[in-house]
Amino acid sequence: MNTLLLIIALLAMTTLAYHVGRKRALASVGGNGHLLHSLPSYHGAYVALWCILPAAIIVFFWLSSENAIINSMMVSSLSLEQQDLSTAEINLILSEIRNIASGAIRSTNIDETKLALADRYGELQFLSTAGLIVVTMGIGAMGLLYSRRFIAPRFRARRWVERMVMGLLIACSIIAILTTIGIVLSLLFEASRFFTKVSPIEFLFGLHWSPQTALRADQVGSTGAFGAVPVFAGTLLITIIAMIVAVPIGLLSAIYMAEYATPHFRSVVKPLLEILAGVPTVVYGFFAALTVGPFIRDLGESVGLNVASESALAAGLVMGIMIIPFVSSLSDDVINAVPQSLRDGAFAMGATKSETIRQIIIPAALPGIVGSILLAVSRAIGETMIVVMAAGLSANFTANPFEAVTTVTVQIVTLLVGDQEFDSAKTLAAFALGLILFIVTLILNVIALTVVRKYREKYD
Amino acid sequence: MSLDQPVNDSEIMETEIKVSARGVGVFYGEANALRDVDIDFRQHQVTSLIGPSGCGKSTFLRCLNRMNDTVDGCRVVGSIVLDGQNIYSKDVDPVELRARVGMVFQKPNPFPKSIYDNIGYGPRIHGMATNKTEMDEIVESSLKLAGLWDEVKDRLDEPGTGLSGGQQQRLCIARAIAVAPEVILMDEPCSALDPIATAKIEELIDELRQNYTIVIVTHSMQQAARVSQRTAFFHLGNLVEQGDTEQIFTNPVDDRTQSYITGRIG
Repeated sequence: MNTLLLIIALLAMTTLAYHVGRKRALASVGGNGHLLHSLPSYHGAYVALWCILPAAIIVFFWLSSENAIINSMMVSSLSLEQQDLSTAEINLILSEIRNIASGAIRSTNIDETKLALADRYGELQFLSTAGLIVVTMGIGAMGLLYSRRFIAPRFRARRWVERMVMGLLIACSIIAILTTIGIVLSLLFEASRFFTKVSPIEFLFGLHWSPQTALRADQVGSTGAFGAVPVFAGTLLITIIAMIVAVPIGLLSAIYMAEYATPHFRSVVKPLLEILAGVPTVVYGFFAALTVGPFIRDLGESVGLNVASESALAAGLVMGIMIIPFVSSLSDDVINAVPQSLRDGAFAMGATKSETIRQIIIPAALPGIVGSILLAVSRAIGETMIVVMAAGLSANFTANPFEAVTTVTVQIVTLLVGDQEFDSAKTLAAFALGLILFIVTLILNVIALTVVRKYREKYD
Repeated sequence: MSLDQPVNDSEIMETEIKVSARGVGVFYGEANALRDVDIDFRQHQVTSLIGPSGCGKSTFLRCLNRMNDTVDGCRVVGSIVLDGQNIYSKDVDPVELRARVGMVFQKPNPFPKSIYDNIGYGPRIHGMATNKTEMDEIVESSLKLAGLWDEVKDRLDEPGTGLSGGQQQRLCIARAIAVAPEVILMDEPCSALDPIATAKIEELIDELRQNYTIVIVTHSMQQAARVSQRTAFFHLGNLVEQGDTEQIFTNPVDDRTQSYITGRIG
């Protein structure tokens, strides 16, 4: 709440700074804007940026370190024997104090020292908030006053502002890159812990997946077999089924929409198709589990096949339908982006419409089409909900689409859901699975990129 | 008819009429883009269509190979007779027609394929070559006719889009020639090219006249004067005047033609 108010105040000051800078720039040339090196708005933006950027950085670091500092101050004010307790117990005491301070615990028999500590905690928090407000607004005002002095007719405010904006853009892209690196590193770290418990050879080539281990001696649990091949085979099977459904339907409907359909029909049907992508996957999941799965089972029984009611086929079919719009919508866009002049050229050679589409337009649009299919593949590999509900959890190593299978993502979910200890092979296996999945999709992407680069037909 | 005006160059009159348009009009929806055009195109002649932007000359050109069929809401009336057959009659397949009437566009539009495949595309879809040797011959002769062979013979498998603008346009001309058309339509073929590339294309057009009937739309009156034997002037959707190029440029009958070629309208 206080932070929100602070941000509003800071924004108000930034607006003020903008107007101050603008006014001063205009005043410096007696109102003749054309005498300025930069437009008045750039001078305004220059002062505004000086006002908000340092203050925002202060707010960020203050808020992210506030808790740690207050906690350590609280710990130092605990009694000596309490300070010797384990971290978990100290944290318990601290959270109790916090609850008392916020009024969440209202009891008459709270011990005196804790009440005093709660008071101290409230005091520290108030000090911190007040300090934050004073420091932030002070820095903001200083930035305003400091940068205001530079405003002069020949001052190159535009270049400074553009440089600062560029810095901002760089910072944003660095955040994205750092996040990716962070994810990869955490995967690597946890996976390496897993591989100290289970050998990579067994994990990569083992044919038996049964990660449930007994936590206590008297429990019944399986021995814990970590051969990931069946899990990856399941992912592969379901992905293939999904792509068999999605690629032809998506691509052909894209060709129809882009080349044959009237603009009116296209404007109605394309958004309708895109709705498919907007349906939550859990809804697809119960559609697959309650409608498609039993339907396939009954169909199989009527022709004498033994089909499990949770089958790879049901999950794959529904997943294929879900990713049709990824293929069709993107392919439609890239086909439309092929220049009309190429179509005209082919028609003028006496090519029929289908020859033009097959031999000129599709090759020219191929990189985009491959891109859309890749996106669909990564969607299929990463899809979890449909598989959990429709394909089951048993890690069968099979290529039979009528049997229940499981996928990497489903296993990750089941390994990490519920109460877990984070140093058992069972939970760490999830990270190893994630790492392999990541590597596989990375390799897929690299291969596809290379293929596209090699075979692309570039048009200008 | 103005076609029957006396001309100095007797050779011009001797050639046969290849394409004959009568009462051709074009409608885009309700808008009437072109009205009542009567014109003949003769064999071994270059006819240029000139006129200010939006006068309907390109629209008319696109009627000659039924490219307007591919435009939504476009309707063509009247008759265009090619070798005694109305190309707008029901039993003419526009796909076959376009193999007989080739077209070169304003902006070079090579297919994103190799130079070889660009030329080979038309012969392939029309089944003109039964084996690789025949196809090689077609590619070589087309490129030679278009004056491009010496420049590209060592890199036939490189993409056509990698050539310079003038080379690309000659590639497009070679591509059109490869299907052995009888008529070649050119829609401002030099407007995207520099003067040297333009000179090469103009030279080429003059050579191609020996074998083909050529109709060219151009904005450059110098170009019309240099390459064509006959000229037709379009204005606001009407064919205003047609005749031998020399007569149109030296002694136009209509005031509008006079104004256009002297630069007062356009």
